[in-house]
Amino acid sequence: MTTTYRGAVREAIREAIIRDERVFLMGEDVGRYGGCYAVSKGLLEEFGEDRIRDTPLSESGFVGAGIGAALGGMRPIVEVMTVNFSLLALDQIVNNAATLLHMSGGAFNVPVVIRMATGGGRQVAAQHSRSLEGWYAHVPGLKILTPATLEDARGMLWTALEDPDPVLIFEHVLLYTMEGELAEDAGAVPIDRAAVRREGRDVSVITYGGSLHKALEAADRLAEEGVSAEVLDLRTLRPLDTEAILETVARTNRAVIVDEGWRSGSISAEISARITEGAFYHLDAPVARVCGEEVPTPYPKHLEDAALPQVEDIVEAVRSVLPRSEGGGS
Amino acid sequence: MTHPYLPSPPLPDEEHARALLRHMLLIRRFEEKCAELYTQEKIRGFLHLYIGEEAVAAGSIPLLSPDDSVVATYREHGQALVRGVPATTVMAEMYGKLEGCARGRGGSMHIFDAGTRFFGGNAIVGGGIPIAVGLALAAHRERALGHRSDPLRVTACFFGDGAVAEGEFHESMNLAALWQLPVLFCCENNLYAMGTPLDVAHSETELALRAASYGMPSWSVDGMDVLAVVDATRRAVEAIRGGGGPHFLEFRTYRFRAHSMFDPELYRAKEEVERWKERDPISLLANRMREAEMLDDLGMEELEAEVKAEVEEAVRFAEDGSWEPVEELTRFVYSDSGGVGGEAT
Repeated sequence: MTTTYRGAVREAIREAIIRDERVFLMGEDVGRYGGCYAVSKGLLEEFGEDRIRDTPLSESGFVGAGIGAALGGMRPIVEVMTVNFSLLALDQIVNNAATLLHMSGGAFNVPVVIRMATGGGRQVAAQHSRSLEGWYAHVPGLKILTPATLEDARGMLWTALEDPDPVLIFEHVLLYTMEGELAEDAGAVPIDRAAVRREGRDVSVITYGGSLHKALEAADRLAEEGVSAEVLDLRTLRPLDTEAILETVARTNRAVIVDEGWRSGSISAEISARITEGAFYHLDAPVARVCGEEVPTPYPKHLEDAALPQVEDIVEAVRSVLPRSEGGGS
Repeated sequence: MTHPYLPSPPLPDEEHARALLRHMLLIRRFEEKCAELYTQEKIRGFLHLYIGEEAVAAGSIPLLSPDDSVVATYREHGQALVRGVPATTVMAEMYGKLEGCARGRGGSMHIFDAGTRFFGGNAIVGGGIPIAVGLALAAHRERALGHRSDPLRVTACFFGDGAVAEGEFHESMNLAALWQLPVLFCCENNLYAMGTPLDVAHSETELALRAASYGMPSWSVDGMDVLAVVDATRRAVEAIRGGGGPHFLEFRTYRFRAHSMFDPELYRAKEEVERWKERDPISLLANRMREAEMLDDLGMEELEAEVKAEVEEAVRFAEDGSWEPVEELTRFVYSDSGGVGGEAT
C-alpha cells in the first residue's frame, strides 16, 4: 500500500495501543490538535483520552512522568514536539532515564519510549532546526534510533516498546511527507543493526535519518559518473553498529560520513574514530565528512541550504576521496 | 488553603507511640553512626544527615501500604529505614558494598529497593518529583484498566524547600492536579536550600500557598511533632486513596547537622540551631510518653538497646560485605548487559 512516513508512524502507534493495554501516547498537542506533525491525527477519537493524553507545555514534567509510569509498569510513548524542546527535559532523560538501572544496581529498568522530530530544512530558524541526536548518542543507558525509511518508521516503535530500557526515536521533519510503498503486513524490525541501502564498490557513504535520502541521490548521480557508492544507513546511533561500519569500509576502502549535526564532537567524529581504530589499514584515503555548518541554522533559504549537507556536497566529498582517474575529478 | 498548626493530637496507644519513637531513634542512632564512619572514611562521597527531621519520615511513611511507592531525595536514609529497607543493606550501600540495596552503585544519595517500592534516592533537586507523578499515573491507569480495585496506590514524594523553586516542582504540581493523580507531596521545609535561607530563595515563603495555587489541598504541619505528622498524613492519604487527588503537606522541620559533611555552616547561627533543638522530635514524643506513663527510664534503655543492636548489626553486615568485581562495571547499563529487567509491577 502507498503511505507516508507520517502514516507509518501513526500506524505503528495504533498497532502498539491495540496490542498492549499498557501503551499510551502522551505529549504536547498529540490529542485535539492531532500532533504538531499530524502523526497522531484521529487517534484521540479512536482511543480516547486515557490512551492519547494531551500534556501541558512541561517537557521535564511529562517526560519525567513517562519515566515514572514506565517504572510503574506502563509502556508510555512520550512525544516531545521537537528535539529542540527536549533540552527542557534533559535532566529527566540524562540524569534519570539513562541512569536508574545502573545506579539502582539493576533494581529498576525504565521501559520508556520518547519520540521527537529532529533536523532542519524547513526555514524555521535556529531554535527549531537542530539535529541533536548525536548528543543523546553520547549517553550510556539510552538507545538512539533514527528511522529513515517507511519500514523503519513503521517497525522500530514496537521493538522499542518491547525493549526494557529507554529508547529515543528521532524522526527527521522532512521525512514525514515522504511517500512510498509499505507492505500490508509490515511489522516490527530489529533496532540494533545498520542496513546497506545501496550496494557499491568504490566508496562507503555512511549516514542516517534525513541525510539518507540525500546520500542515495548523491549515489545515483555518482553512478552516472561511473562511481559505485555503497550507502550504509546506520538506523541506530546507540548502540552503533560498528561491525557494519567496518565491513563496508573494508569492502570499499573509502568512507564519507554524512551527518546533519555539527562536526565538532559529533556522531560523525565518533564514526570516523571507530574507522580509524578498526579499519585503518583498509583505508585508501582519509575519511571525509559532510556535516552541518557550525552555525545556528539561519532562516533565509539560501543560508539554510548552505548550512545543511546537500546532495552536491556529498558528491563533492565522494570525489575528494576517490583517486583522480576513477572520480572523474575535473 | 493553608492552616495554622493544629493543636498537637492526643497520644496514640502505647504500641503505636513506641513504634514512632523507635523509628525516630533508629534514624538518629543510625545516622550518628554514619557520621562516625564517615570520619573513619568507611563512608565516602556526599553524606547528608536527616538528624532533627526524623519525625517527618517516622510519622508519614508507616501510613503507606506495601503497594504504595516512595520517591525520595539524597537525604533519604530516614525514609528508607522507616519504609523497611533493611538497615543492613542501607549501610552496605553507604559502604559501597555489593550487598548494598543498589549493589553499592549509588551510595548514600541513591537508596533503591524494589521490594519496598523505594524509587530513590534522587540527587538532582526536584528531579524525583516528575517520576512520582508518573508512578501515580501508572496507578491511575492500572485502576482504569481494571487491574486493581480501590483503594488507589499512593505515591509519596519527598523533597525539600529548595525544590519548590525548581521548574520540575511546578510542572509536576500542575500535572498531578490536572490529572487528579494519587500523589502525596511531602515537602520537608528545613528552612535552608543547602545554605540559602528560605526568604532569600522564595518570593512567597508560605510554601503551602504555592501548592494551593494548583488547586490541591495543602497544609502546613509541625514537622517536629511526629503526632502532627501522623495526623496530617493519615488524613491526606485517606483522601488520596478515596480519589481526592494529590495533596501537599509542608512539614516544617529543621536539620540539626550540617547540610553535608563538607558544610562549615557559615549561614546560620549556633543559637538558632540550639533553639530548634529544644523541639527535638525525639524528646518531644518521649516526654509526652513519660507524662502519660507510657515510658520510663527502663523502657527508654530497652529501646536504645534494641536500636543499638540493629545499627551494630548493620555495620557488621556492611563490614563483612564484598566489593563488586570490576568486571561487572558495565553490567546494568542496559538490561541485556546482565540486567534483571524486572521493573516493579
